[in-house]
Amino acid sequence: MSENLSACMMRMVETDYALSDYQSDIAPRWCVGCGDTAILTAMQKLCRDEQLAPEKTVCVSGIGCSSRLPHYMNAYGFHGIHGRALPVAEGVKIRRPDLDVFVTTGDGDCTSIGAAHWIHAIRYNMNMTVLLHDNQIYGLTKKQASPTSPIGQKSNTTPFGSVLLPLNPLTVTLGVANVSFVAQAVDWIPDLLYDILKKAFHHRGLSFVRILQRCPEFMQHRFDDYVRDPSKMRILTHGNGLRLSPEVSRVYKNQETHDPLDMGRALAIAAIADEIPVGILYNDPSVPCYDDLRAGERPSTPALVETVLREEFDKVTIWPDDAEPVAAE
Amino acid sequence: MDNKAEQAVIERQPSKPRPKPAVVLSEHIVEIVSDSGEGAQRCGQSFGAIAARSGNGIWTVEIIPAEIQPPHRSVAGASGNRVRFASGPVTNGGNEADLVVAFNEQVLLSRLHADEIKPGGIILMESKWRNDRNAGIAASYAQVVEEIRTRGFRVYEVPMEVECLKLVPDPRKGKNMFVLGMLCGIYSLDEGLARAQVARIFGKKDQKIIDANIELLDAGRSWAETNLDLRFTVPAKRATEAQVVMNGNTALALGVVASGMEVCAMYPITPATSTSHYLSNIFEKVGCVVHQAEDEIAACAFAIGASYAGKCAVTITSGPGLSLKQEALGLAVMAEIPLVVIDVQRGGPSTGLPTKVEQGDLMAAIFGGHGDAPKVVMAPSTIEDCFYSVITARKIAETFNMVVMLLSDASLATAQQPFPRPSFREDWLAPPVNQSPVPEDAKPYDWDPRTGIATRFIPGQPNGMHCLTGLAHDRDSHVAYDPEINEEGLLNRSRKLAALQTTLRLPPLCGGDSGEMLLIGWGSTLGAIEEAVGILRAQGIAASSLHLKFLQPMASGIGEVMKRFTHVMSIENNWNDPLSDPLITPENRRYSSLALLLRSRYLVDIDCWGNARGQPLKPTAIVAAVRSKLGKE
Ligand SMILES: Cc1ncc(C[n+]2csc(CCOP(=O)(O)OP(=O)(O)O)c2C)c(N)n1
Ligand code: SF4
Ligand SMILES: [Mg+2]
Repeated sequence: MSENLSACMMRMVETDYALSDYQSDIAPRWCVGCGDTAILTAMQKLCRDEQLAPEKTVCVSGIGCSSRLPHYMNAYGFHGIHGRALPVAEGVKIRRPDLDVFVTTGDGDCTSIGAAHWIHAIRYNMNMTVLLHDNQIYGLTKKQASPTSPIGQKSNTTPFGSVLLPLNPLTVTLGVANVSFVAQAVDWIPDLLYDILKKAFHHRGLSFVRILQRCPEFMQHRFDDYVRDPSKMRILTHGNGLRLSPEVSRVYKNQETHDPLDMGRALAIAAIADEIPVGILYNDPSVPCYDDLRAGERPSTPALVETVLREEFDKVTIWPDDAEPVAAE
Repeated sequence: MDNKAEQAVIERQPSKPRPKPAVVLSEHIVEIVSDSGEGAQRCGQSFGAIAARSGNGIWTVEIIPAEIQPPHRSVAGASGNRVRFASGPVTNGGNEADLVVAFNEQVLLSRLHADEIKPGGIILMESKWRNDRNAGIAASYAQVVEEIRTRGFRVYEVPMEVECLKLVPDPRKGKNMFVLGMLCGIYSLDEGLARAQVARIFGKKDQKIIDANIELLDAGRSWAETNLDLRFTVPAKRATEAQVVMNGNTALALGVVASGMEVCAMYPITPATSTSHYLSNIFEKVGCVVHQAEDEIAACAFAIGASYAGKCAVTITSGPGLSLKQEALGLAVMAEIPLVVIDVQRGGPSTGLPTKVEQGDLMAAIFGGHGDAPKVVMAPSTIEDCFYSVITARKIAETFNMVVMLLSDASLATAQQPFPRPSFREDWLAPPVNQSPVPEDAKPYDWDPRTGIATRFIPGQPNGMHCLTGLAHDRDSHVAYDPEINEEGLLNRSRKLAALQTTLRLPPLCGGDSGEMLLIGWGSTLGAIEEAVGILRAQGIAASSLHLKFLQPMASGIGEVMKRFTHVMSIENNWNDPLSDPLITPENRRYSSLALLLRSRYLVDIDCWGNARGQPLKPTAIVAAVRSKLGKE
């Protein structure tokens, strides 16, 4: 036992990663006050606290302001193409259970161009943590309405105000078969953002975290009312969900005890319009994961390949001395 | 063996009911067509398998209706198989059929309309329609039979259903085995081999079913021997080495296994899907995964993710799917992620001809994406080649960190041909995923100036952390928009093609080293083109052919070869504007893809011939095209 303990200590010493070990040599280029910064910080803290080996951590993103995040992480990053972060991440994970996979995606990236992948990623329920940076606008392309923009939102493509009701990423996600983890966070309560990310990270399956993210450049004042008035935030707590520190509890008094296995209530909370719910809406650890279901029974070896090829060729071989009687298989 | 058909006559043993002399043929083309669901496909495949096991060279072609359950007795619903078998090797589906078995007159009409039956050819018709209770049907049958007789076809009416009813209650289920027996009788194929084939088909069912089908088989044979004056033999010679018989899609699937790739991501699309079907049955046994994604974009992105984090992956598709993958392919090119893309081409554009052959995707494969996106494009030309090309493609992809496109097509997909049984080599497989630490000062894009190749860093490798990006980037993989850095990336990605090109060898010419006409082709047309060259040379025309395996990059030396011929013409199964059209001039003419590529590279006035009729090119049609080009019609 003492041997185990010292081995453990040794490991701690050897791999004691500091926050800076997760920071790349590129300085973030987001606008001042951009909510993405808080999300990056929370991620780096999580990696540090979990002591994730940077070489075993993969951050996949699509295209957008938010999708720049992997560049700022010292980890393996994959800054791919618009809307396709999820299928890339699924491919990364399918044969690499040893890697921790994070996905960063914007509201346009995830709920518009990548909507099909979003629905199916929820259904595959692969082991990964998905962060939806929802600023309710297209940031990178300079202010066009997104599917999550509030109705009436003025933008460069909706100069007279958008005409459609927004899509609600929480209700949509909760409605997909095999959904296993849905949470909502906001960039301006960093403690809860961190706690939620941590829960998401420890969930086995796909954890979907929608983060309401401020974009001071194009959605100035969008969340001001909520930032100023903590009572407009409804904090979800539970023994199996968030447990609030006294400091947070003191400021955010509007709390609801919500059992994350209660889908009915989760849907009702997701649909709340006048307040912003924050916490774990749904968490069912029993949902099977596609990567587990599809994990081969055995690793691929040359001997296995040779055997299977031989078996397959045998079925269609004409031997030179084909007097070979055919055994009824 | 004598090459001229129907000439020698040999005596048969007098053991059969009515011994007839069998006409010795060097080859024959047989077609069996029925409504879909009546088993003509299985009958044809089995017939091909028996011939192959006898030692005949074979090439089978599936006749596929475009719908799953087309209406009965319809021209569009013809389903079945063409079997071309010969004393020597067969490399393509050949010209018109010599003998056709039709389960009704409508499916026969579909073959007649397509000009797939030789004038004066033999037609065996199910005769039950003559007395059909529906007067319209009976009349239609009688009229067609009358008409084809007048046109000079040799028509035999066969009471297939009547004969089957003597043995089984549901003749729709047994007719195909009766026909198989009949064909084995007509072509003097060995009874033992035929029975063994039936046992193989129904191997998993109980003995009663096997016995019942063997009874049908024997009944078909003895009916033919008693009632038909048709008796042929196509002498066969058993190969001295073991042969495997399969179609191109199966060969591709086995090639994927043999290449050591571990992830295949796909979305169903004809005619590619049966590759994934086959793979799905065996891939898990070797510890690997076929992932059916939500669409082709996801399939491609999934394969890219898997390649990035491990061994090179493969995605399998057909034309419309290739179009959807293009953006993701550009990412793989830009970020230098190895990837194998198998495109089993079909007729296009749009949904086009889903089940039919066309070589229409060459330009999309080479130039399909936006920007300058160099990819390797190669095309298998035989069933055997389908197998080995995947292994080669995987190696190139991983050596150069490139996208390698493999262009098969609907013709190779379903055609069966024997080839020497491959013997496994461990060096086919991908090496284990590198997880060793990256040297301290190494960069993720340390392009080697001689080859353009940079060693990729794979997640899990300590010190290798970097952010891969589809944006322009420098050697550190940092986003960079500087003109010099952008050009450095473009240059090195392009260099890889040049480096690969220096390793390619020009395939040998078929025919002579110089002469009047050089035909250049690629992909599935190999057999038809080379057969045409043989015919032309026998007619005294100095024709030769060159068949390219690599379309991008192309092996060096093509220019030199072309100089030795008076005319050069590409032969392709895709569109080109006919000069006979009053609107088409040499200036506005749109050339076939390969012709266009060769013209631009070599500044040679290359002509092209081919068509996009959804059918494999016929050797005689190529011969006619060449003769016409040379003014020797
Ligand atoms: C195929 C394709 N279409 C369009 C674009 C342009 N584009 C880049 S980012 C983006 C939207 C970004 O919005 P969002 O996903 O919400 O990210 P944000 O910038 O707000 O973080 C668009 C339309 C693209 N890169 N690729
Ligand atoms: S535009 Fe908006 S989302 Fe983009 S960096 Fe600036 S503040 Fe952030
Ligand atoms: Mg956005």
